[in-house]
Amino acid sequence: MAQSNASNVTPIHGGGILAAGTVAPNFTLHVTPDQTLTLSDLLGRPVILAFYPADWSPVCGDQMALYNEILPEFRKFGAELLGVSVDGAWCHGAFAETRHLHFPLLADFEPKGAVARQYGAYRATDGFCERALFVIDKNGIIAWSYCSPVAVNPGADGILQALEDLPK
Amino acid sequence: MATLKVPITAQDHAQGPESAEVTLVEYGDYECPHCGRAYPIVQQVQEHFGKRLRLVFRNFPLSEMHPHAEAAAEVAEFAGAQGKFWEMHDRLFENQAHLGEALFLDLGEKLKLSTTALRQALEQGAFEARVRADFKGGVRSGVNGTPTFFINGHRHDGSFDFETLVSAIHQAMGTAKSA
Repeated sequence: MAQSNASNVTPIHGGGILAAGTVAPNFTLHVTPDQTLTLSDLLGRPVILAFYPADWSPVCGDQMALYNEILPEFRKFGAELLGVSVDGAWCHGAFAETRHLHFPLLADFEPKGAVARQYGAYRATDGFCERALFVIDKNGIIAWSYCSPVAVNPGADGILQALEDLPK
Repeated sequence: MATLKVPITAQDHAQGPESAEVTLVEYGDYECPHCGRAYPIVQQVQEHFGKRLRLVFRNFPLSEMHPHAEAAAEVAEFAGAQGKFWEMHDRLFENQAHLGEALFLDLGEKLKLSTTALRQALEQGAFEARVRADFKGGVRSGVNGTPTFFINGHRHDGSFDFETLVSAIHQAMGTAKSA
């Protein structure tokens, strides 16, 4: 797994998630009830794929809200940020509206968690996604991945380091 | 474990001696209720350790979530440029429920700062770059919400109640001694 020097990117139980060097499995998921997004449409620029357990976590500055604030930094690298959870498109819509999120949330809803499973980022016992991060390069290859303990918001330092480490 | 990537310099707002055994860095947002809750706890922790502890505050406004957070951070920086950072920092947290231009001007007046200059600084975003630099440095250091604390450069992932913070600081003091 590609590692940056950022100290919180050491995989803790990241054995299961797809590692750097793997071709990112393609997928098409709903962004809104009547719109879908296909990963391969984003070829040509880096993609940050952030799997997270659920919308509406009760903390201030939760992972998605934090990434929303950091979006301008991600965009400096031309990167697209996609959040993925097993919540449905209607749920995502309400969540994104309340938190003023400016990036798409994908619904890995039916079959439930199918995309997360492909990335090794599904917690079958809980029925929701891991807190797993993937930085996919412009050619669709996973350049960096990291799985955080479910209770720990991984922050964004690992993502930024991985974006910086991408070949120009 | 995440570590502080931006070293503490003379530009930082610090309370306590540079020679203190432990430096506690807080990345905070004046509108965040958790930071509001942490504010008196941090003061208790400072009282507890006295000169053995240095506190540094850096801005991490979550402005998409908190509409007044960015302006409040800039107000504190404005006061800081005139040597009154902590006075403003404290008053902002103490009046967290009323953040907004009326309060900012009122606090400016109470601290004998020019309200014309304050209003102008806010309009022109005179301190925006400074606040943004704090934010970016925080992101690079693994700040993952507010408040995020660093104890001698290591992110404190535990809770920020008095006992937990005191014990984490004691632990850092032990490490500092044996190092």
